[in-house]
Amino acid sequence: MALDFDLDEELESIRKMVRTFAEKEIAPVAEELDEKEEFSIKLTQRMGELGLFGPFVSEEHGGSDIGYLGYIIATEEIARIDGSQAATLAAGNSLGIYPIYTFGNEEQKREWLPDLCAGKKLASFGLTEPNAGSDAGASKTTAVLDKDTWVINGSKIFITNSSSEISAICIVQAVTGKRPDGRNELSCILVPNGTPGFTAKTMHKKMVWRSSNTGELFFNDCRVPKENLLGKQGEGFHQMLQTLDGGRLSIAAMGLGGAQGAYELAMKYAHEREQFGRPIGSFQVNAFKLADMYTDIEMARLLLYKATWLADNKRPFTKESAMAKLVCSEIYHRVVNQSVQLHGGYGLMKEYAVERHYRNQKLLDIGEGTSEVQRIVIARNIGVPGDPLG
Amino acid sequence: MKIVVCVKQVPDTAADIKIDPETSTLMLDGVEHITNPFDEFAIEEALLTREKHGGEVHVITMGPPQAVDVLRNALAMGADQAYLLCDTAFAGADTLATSYTLSKAIEKIGGVDLVVCGKQAVDGDTAQVGPSIATYLKIPQLTYVSKVREIDSEKGRIVVERMLEGGIQAVESSLPALMTVVKDINEPRLPSLLGIRKAAKTEIPTWTAVDLPVDQSRLGLDGSPTWVARVSRPEQRRGGEILQGEIPEVVSQLVDKLLDAKVLK
Repeated sequence: MALDFDLDEELESIRKMVRTFAEKEIAPVAEELDEKEEFSIKLTQRMGELGLFGPFVSEEHGGSDIGYLGYIIATEEIARIDGSQAATLAAGNSLGIYPIYTFGNEEQKREWLPDLCAGKKLASFGLTEPNAGSDAGASKTTAVLDKDTWVINGSKIFITNSSSEISAICIVQAVTGKRPDGRNELSCILVPNGTPGFTAKTMHKKMVWRSSNTGELFFNDCRVPKENLLGKQGEGFHQMLQTLDGGRLSIAAMGLGGAQGAYELAMKYAHEREQFGRPIGSFQVNAFKLADMYTDIEMARLLLYKATWLADNKRPFTKESAMAKLVCSEIYHRVVNQSVQLHGGYGLMKEYAVERHYRNQKLLDIGEGTSEVQRIVIARNIGVPGDPLG
Repeated sequence: MKIVVCVKQVPDTAADIKIDPETSTLMLDGVEHITNPFDEFAIEEALLTREKHGGEVHVITMGPPQAVDVLRNALAMGADQAYLLCDTAFAGADTLATSYTLSKAIEKIGGVDLVVCGKQAVDGDTAQVGPSIATYLKIPQLTYVSKVREIDSEKGRIVVERMLEGGIQAVESSLPALMTVVKDINEPRLPSLLGIRKAAKTEIPTWTAVDLPVDQSRLGLDGSPTWVARVSRPEQRRGGEILQGEIPEVVSQLVDKLLDAKVLK
């Protein structure tokens, strides 16, 4: 009798703590930060103080070592209140801390992890380029070894956490040569913000995640020491795939938490709003909407927690994390769409948090692998004939 | 400084609790339990005191096995050690028997400089247990403390501000002493993930009646000279009245009504 759906007391405590934090400290400022497109150093550092950065990092390196499930639950609880802060957390952990912790050498870990896990600094993952999105292998950014330094040229776009005042380092994926099969050889190189030749420009006028930091990066004969290579030369593509497997879990958690938040807002409003002399939630047409939302969320949670369980138990989880990311973002889409519908005209107004959920949801269909790419990953892992990309 | 904090597990203040009309007891099935909110201020004050003056913070609670949750919460916030006082012999205790039992546990911990309690629990609302513990321990009691001005652990003295109706009273006392705190005293911290992990690993000893130097006849229901005869909901209050119209007219209506109600003379 091994199957067990109970969360242990530690995980319940984590959920409770993060929920309290999100409700008390994020909720009161979320609308204003979103409106002003303002990144909050204060909230980021508070998340650091509470130990939310570095959940899979050993205590020795400054992490809290609570494992993936604790991390996913924490991300879910932040996203229940605000997608932007959840984005800062999820990208900081999965795309910033994870590659350094997993592929970095001891010296790199000691240099960067303590401050990253404390939330004092942020690391970003420079992967997407103007012409290399889903086709991540088509990077144009190059790094050429000149004696003891890498000389980097190129640009990156839509890079979360890369251009804030506390953004300290970018893990840049660059072409470092040709492989025997003629394809590009990719490597990841650590480039500290502020290095001459490296410009990070904050991107504005976003529809989504408006109070998270998104940067456009330019490398112009940017030189960093040879030792800044992450892992071995030529491992960049695999490092990226492995990083994104874990990243999908946290993006899925944002979908799940967002759906939970949007559902709760709908339920509350369904009790309060009266039309035709009764609460609108008492009409079957609306009660069914709420029943569907609740059921969808439960499905999403079961799939995500299972994928997370695989990760915590060191089993392969590529397929499951792709499924969880796909399902959680699509369910968030359905739930928030119906939640706005229930709110009627008020759901279209910024002073109702559901409006922010509605916008923020859309990123999850696109970021860290579009829904289409998730389907490719799943299809490849279930034995369809041929290759879905071929 | 050796500090003991006494905490209580109470039904969630957000829960809508029903009363069983037959037995006059609270129907708590399915109701979440939390740390008594005032006790969180007590824990925070103990932690702040430790951070400033060094020492250790011990937390005790008397309650059923599930009351261990509030101790874990205190450990996660940063307390050093916690003890659960749990025994069927303790059940049904009124404030006298409860404070007797808690005072004996504090004696067992030994060498305590400061005991901190919330000003009252939000379920019973008696505010008696803190002062009674001080009486049993024969130490000074400082109730309704809103600020600790200074502590001199060398000389064994403490100066606090007490929040009284219409004013603040500064009191100096010798240590050891017991204080009960009000919510203005601090802002309780959230536990960190590291704290939660540490708390989950900390062993919490359970003390039963035989572990304490107690007179068995003074425990639980048998040791309680008072008991709850009946619990009922207060009468529903009548809704207020909203006066409408032009301001001068409404004001004169209001004054008439206040005169009628003998609020104004």
